[in-house]
Amino acid sequence: MKLRNLVLVLFAAIAIGSCSESEDDGVATTTDSFDRKALLENAADNIIIPALQDLSDDLNSLKTSKDLFIATPNQANLDELREEWLDAYMTWQYVEMFNIGRAEEILYSFQMNIYPTNVTDIQNNIASASYDLTSPNNNDAVGFPAVDYLLYGVATDDLSILDTYTNNTNAQGYKDYLSDVIDQMDSLTTAVLNDWTGSYRDIFVNSTGNTVTSSVNLLINDFIFYYEKGLRANKVGIPAGVFSTTPLADRVEGFYSEEFSKELALEGLQAVDDFFNGRAYDGSTTGPSYASYVTELRTNSGTSDLTTAINSQLATARAQMNVLDDNFANQVNTDNSLMTRTYDELQLATVLFKIDMLQTLNISVDFVDADGD
Amino acid sequence: MKSNIHTYFNRTTSAAPLAIFRIGFGVMMLYSIIRFAAHGWINTLYIEPQFHFSYFGFTWVQPVGNATYLIFALCGLAALFVALGYKYRISMLVFFLSFTYIELMDKTTYLNHYYFISALSFLLLFLPAARYFSIDTLDNTVAKDENKQTPQIPKWTIDSIKLLLGVVYFYAGLAKLNSDWLIKAMPLKIWLPSKYDIPLLGNLMEQEWVHYAFSWSGMLYDLFIPFLLLYKRTRILAFVAVVVFHVLTRVLFPIGMFPFVMIVSALIFFDSGLHERIINYIRRLLLPLKMFFIPLSRKRVPKKAMELKYKRFILPILGIFFALQLLLPWRYLAYPGELFWTEEGYRFSWRVMLMEKMGSAQFKIVDEDGKSFYVQNSDFLTPFQEKQMSYQPDFILQYAHFLGDHFTQQGHKNVAVYVDSYVALNGRLSQPYVDKAVNLYAIKESFQHKSWILPFNDEIKGL
Repeated sequence: MKLRNLVLVLFAAIAIGSCSESEDDGVATTTDSFDRKALLENAADNIIIPALQDLSDDLNSLKTSKDLFIATPNQANLDELREEWLDAYMTWQYVEMFNIGRAEEILYSFQMNIYPTNVTDIQNNIASASYDLTSPNNNDAVGFPAVDYLLYGVATDDLSILDTYTNNTNAQGYKDYLSDVIDQMDSLTTAVLNDWTGSYRDIFVNSTGNTVTSSVNLLINDFIFYYEKGLRANKVGIPAGVFSTTPLADRVEGFYSEEFSKELALEGLQAVDDFFNGRAYDGSTTGPSYASYVTELRTNSGTSDLTTAINSQLATARAQMNVLDDNFANQVNTDNSLMTRTYDELQLATVLFKIDMLQTLNISVDFVDADGD
Repeated sequence: MKSNIHTYFNRTTSAAPLAIFRIGFGVMMLYSIIRFAAHGWINTLYIEPQFHFSYFGFTWVQPVGNATYLIFALCGLAALFVALGYKYRISMLVFFLSFTYIELMDKTTYLNHYYFISALSFLLLFLPAARYFSIDTLDNTVAKDENKQTPQIPKWTIDSIKLLLGVVYFYAGLAKLNSDWLIKAMPLKIWLPSKYDIPLLGNLMEQEWVHYAFSWSGMLYDLFIPFLLLYKRTRILAFVAVVVFHVLTRVLFPIGMFPFVMIVSALIFFDSGLHERIINYIRRLLLPLKMFFIPLSRKRVPKKAMELKYKRFILPILGIFFALQLLLPWRYLAYPGELFWTEEGYRFSWRVMLMEKMGSAQFKIVDEDGKSFYVQNSDFLTPFQEKQMSYQPDFILQYAHFLGDHFTQQGHKNVAVYVDSYVALNGRLSQPYVDKAVNLYAIKESFQHKSWILPFNDEIKGL
């Protein structure tokens, strides 16, 4: 073999090989049988943006009734305010999983739904009247859980709660804090929504490659993270005490309102179901989704059906959750075994998502950075 | 017969191929270490984790905090010295020890190609790789005395490297003789379609016939390439195949430096003429620096070469080494159950890219009051460690013991550790993996069969 030829061959080998080392921007150059762009478009246009739009509307109504309540703190206005809060909280269940783009940059969900809320921090903020609600230290003193406390937990009954906003020496402080927290939730949501309706949507739907930074991969990683942490652990597992020696009934979502934790969890589960199956937020249509992607890949590779297995496990988990008390805290205190059984059913779906689905998609996972062989 | 063997071990050949091999090896190892450090992996893989998965019997090999960087620096420096042929034996020994120490620190990072490097550097310890074109023999390195012949070394020393490479390929080929690989084209059927975003080849990667073509040609390549490289008339074609095959694997899979190591290693199969030309070429490049080298050159006292002087020891040692290489991959036959499922006897056997395996393992701690709770693995393990742990029984057992010790120290009494685990293999739906009624904290690690692994409800035929 001629030395020059050898050098040429080795050089070409190194050049081709090392090109693949560099990260690309995740824009795929080929089209193939499954249209990943359509999947992303369905997610953006029919699920994420409509849900954010709805949340933004809900938060606007919440602001209006909050202004009304602050002007006239009476029972009727309090009831109205609570209703608007619950509406928005339910819609939030469809938004929390999309920790992507601007939402990720500003740590949106950390400022919207960290619970249990920290009563000491809230009281200190109110007392001092000077606070930076965006500070990470205040993540557990803002968002829906903080409003839950402010509307249901500042005193033992409705009369005393109203009293807090009228006759309390620092009534104005409470009003200001309530107002600031709700305004902040609204402005964060507006920022995220505007980014989606602005430039981000197109960037998002065109990032169809299989890299750690491509939308196809980020979205499914976020989804699984939400399912495992936000839904399975936070809403059910932690209160049921599966990660601690004793149950922690005070860790339920909507702890102070004492009646919505099941409703919120069921809604979260519905959001998971809808997103996985590509169901539009308004329920009208079903589009390309990870479910249809998984189905196609498994059909092509001749392996057994996974989509049905996932959907039936989600249905089993839902049925188990339906048995629970409206207030998970009551359930934990009366018969915690039903809570842990619900956790177990949710966990079985985690296995299907994390192992079977990720194996099928063969996604570049964002958390493992090392060579393989 | 005996005299045949005797003549074989006395036969000599040019030292040039081994010199080029040494330089290639040293340079690539130096680059590997630099690349490893540049990716920040020394920190993320060896310093950040609070717990490391040890090989059975090697729990004493642990990272040493920030001094771990020094081990890597030492390893890189030794690789450089090997490339230069400076204090070759010592440098090679330091390289072998430091590299092997690094690999023993945490089996999370086990790769067949790291094991290959350890095995190869052990072999190189005994070979006269610095006999020619090295600082150790500077007098004939830069300014070649035209009358001086290229030194001769025993032929078996070069053949031993060919044998090791041959074992690696051939056993990798044997391992592919199973129904998942050949009949189902698994796991390539999972891996290749996900490469849809590769320029030019993307579309092709989704075609079923491509998955089968890759599976079968990969198997044939591994089984036959050593022989095609040995046989002079097919050698050039075989080398082209080596380059194409390894470049393709490099493009498709994140396998780091391994393809380059194999491509450069395969040069050893060529006749010494090629290596002489490479040496002459490097020599010309070095010529302007001649004046720095000449004063350094020294008259060497002719010493008897090590591989000749200690031949009585070296040949048996290498004999045992190769016997182990040939036997270790078969140790799985001593265990019941499906190898891919239990992984008992899976490592150190050149089983490369055979499985797409993922798992999930939830550990439950129970204390004497019957109180129980699940562990959040992320409290103790890095994501990479958790991923590897979740489908390998020896990892699961070691981690269970770590958890048991940890919670005992925290004041829990009579701790028992159970695991609720699922594993999916090559596209099969996930199945329960470990018997969740077994208290893993009460089980000792050993080479015995792990009876607490649940049966694999399917069959993979073949070797």
